[in-house]
Amino acid sequence: METIGIWIAALLTLGIFSFLYKDNPFYKFCESLFVGISAGYWFVTTFWQVFMPKLADNLVAGRFYYMIGAIFGVLMLLRLFPKIGWLSRWSLALVVGTTAGLYFTRYLVSNGMVQVQNTIIPLYVKGNLSQTIGNLVIVIGTFSGLIYFFFSKEHKGAFGGLAKLGIWILMLSFGASFGYTVMSRMSLLIGRMDYLLGTWLGLIH
Amino acid sequence: MNFLEKLLALDRRIIFLFIAIAVALPLFFTVKLHIEVTPVVRNLHNAMEALPPGSKVLVSLDYDPGSMPELQPMAESFFRYCFMRDLKIIIIGLWPNGPIQANSALEVILNEPDIKKKNPKYGIDYVNLGYTAGNEVVIERMGSDIPVTFPKDYSGNKTEDLPLMKGVKNFNNIDFVYNLSAGYPGTVEWVLFGVDPYKIKLGAGNTAVQAPQIYPYLNSGQLVGLLGGMKGGAEFEIATGKPAKAVKFMFSQSVSHALICFFILIGNFAYFATRKKKGA
Amino acid sequence: MRREVPLAITAIVGFALIIVYFIPHPPFNHSRDFFEDLFFIIAAFAIWLGCLNLLKVNADKVYLKKKGWPFSIVVWFGFFLMVIVGFWEGRGFMNPGTTFYYLYDKLYYPLNATMFSILAFFVASASYRAFRARNKEATILLIAALFVMLGRVPFGYYLSSWLPEGWRLGNITDWIMDFPQTAAQRAIMIGIALGIVSSSLRVLLGLERTFASGE
Repeated sequence: METIGIWIAALLTLGIFSFLYKDNPFYKFCESLFVGISAGYWFVTTFWQVFMPKLADNLVAGRFYYMIGAIFGVLMLLRLFPKIGWLSRWSLALVVGTTAGLYFTRYLVSNGMVQVQNTIIPLYVKGNLSQTIGNLVIVIGTFSGLIYFFFSKEHKGAFGGLAKLGIWILMLSFGASFGYTVMSRMSLLIGRMDYLLGTWLGLIH
Repeated sequence: MNFLEKLLALDRRIIFLFIAIAVALPLFFTVKLHIEVTPVVRNLHNAMEALPPGSKVLVSLDYDPGSMPELQPMAESFFRYCFMRDLKIIIIGLWPNGPIQANSALEVILNEPDIKKKNPKYGIDYVNLGYTAGNEVVIERMGSDIPVTFPKDYSGNKTEDLPLMKGVKNFNNIDFVYNLSAGYPGTVEWVLFGVDPYKIKLGAGNTAVQAPQIYPYLNSGQLVGLLGGMKGGAEFEIATGKPAKAVKFMFSQSVSHALICFFILIGNFAYFATRKKKGA
Repeated sequence: MRREVPLAITAIVGFALIIVYFIPHPPFNHSRDFFEDLFFIIAAFAIWLGCLNLLKVNADKVYLKKKGWPFSIVVWFGFFLMVIVGFWEGRGFMNPGTTFYYLYDKLYYPLNATMFSILAFFVASASYRAFRARNKEATILLIAALFVMLGRVPFGYYLSSWLPEGWRLGNITDWIMDFPQTAAQRAIMIGIALGIVSSSLRVLLGLERTFASGE
């Protein structure tokens, strides 16, 4: 069974790779199978990992307020029926309200205040030139980056100069992100090649 | 069409072939490469080293098979490290694939001779609480009550019946949180909903795509350390003294990177040379 | 009513969760726990909605014999294969050794992993064809990318080991990531945080109503 499974996995891998030559029915088959299997996996996992322990077991144990969640959940499913789909907005409203309420404080604190706090750092560190330069880069870089994103004022004069510096810092960051993206994509390909050459064909150990 | 124009108009399938060879060929060779452990990985390792045996580590696996080559070696090396140091592991997943990826990693690690000698037991040394829908709200709820958030483990056992979970009510009873993340929800959500509200100690392993976005959290101290991409995983394997898959793949990674740099330089050379010729 | 009730729900839930941040004591924390427990159930139903919608869309394709309709049958096949096996296995469906785990390992994993790995080829092709140092900004981007790509692999060490410590490719890459890259990402992060705060407030105050109207 294991050998058959490895062959099936390898053939499906080659099916997806065949897209690199050109689009073809074998690729489309693999793609459709992937979509169906993913949806099936999510469906089953949600049932056993969420509905059973969180809904069914709680209702059996007498915690009937979970029924409110079930009712809202069923309202969500009504979206599939155009005539009564408007009822799903109630469930969506609860989701949106929860998310908005949590995001309001969490993003303000963690991504706003804490980040600003850690940008207010000494511009001169006695006896440590590299730290001084680093701190200057952080402060000036963050400030000029924020200046660039302020589009309510025209970018000219000193303001424009700082915005220009901001773009350069941002470009540096995007270049670094590109380098990391290449690393990530190559890693994924290495994993598949290892599977094909090692696990399937047994050419590498 | 002259040579430079032909170069610019190169069929992309030839480029694909070069990439395939650059990735596949190095896998046939075992080359010991110099891998330096960067400070961000060293800090994570040091934070783990400071945990006394018996400490409870919450591991959140937030990725799917699409990110397995980068994150699965990190999961395996982390589990290996925890078992060798008698750290207790509580596994959860904010992605539906998380718990099954954990089982896959444990299947590998638990069969290693060193770990077999330690004989870790499910329920005592490690537990897998499974997945629950809700993304960042799961983290928020765990801050007040972990057993309510995960009332049963991945195979249906009551959480409160598991010996390891006795006395674990919320994050106050967790000594360290380690997150393996491929996107949303992931490390960012753990910082926003776990670190700042509940003051958890968080270390992370991310795909290389996500890693640059996480650096501000390292700088601000919200994150203890970061394993960025397969290189980060390789560094952690070196730091823990057990080189494994990530280290093995570094040669292939190096060759493919060199090839991409070569493509970029050649592409630019051909572009500017052609433009100059047209200009002249 | 169709619009007012959802807006009221959003406002009540949202403001309750903001209040509990400042007053994390009973009864406010109980309301937070209540809403969050409901959220888990609704989120699970939302996942089921997505799955059922996928089946509906593909069923329509087969019924109306649209282009590519045979592949919709494949989607249905894949879905029901996992669902039937998963329900049959019971709560221990994720255990290694089960049929579900076998299907996950031999079907889901290779398909998912390969789908993302083909991006490597496209990133190489895009780098060759489109990555041009046309102006100052693009040149900075290109130089940073080259430094990071070489500095983040062992080759970077071998290319620059003759340089003094601190000036090698790896050290330069670390410096780029720790300082200018961090600064830029921080600027983006702060900007996004302010945007999220303002849009959250707009949603809670009912100024943003798109989710509460239309289908």
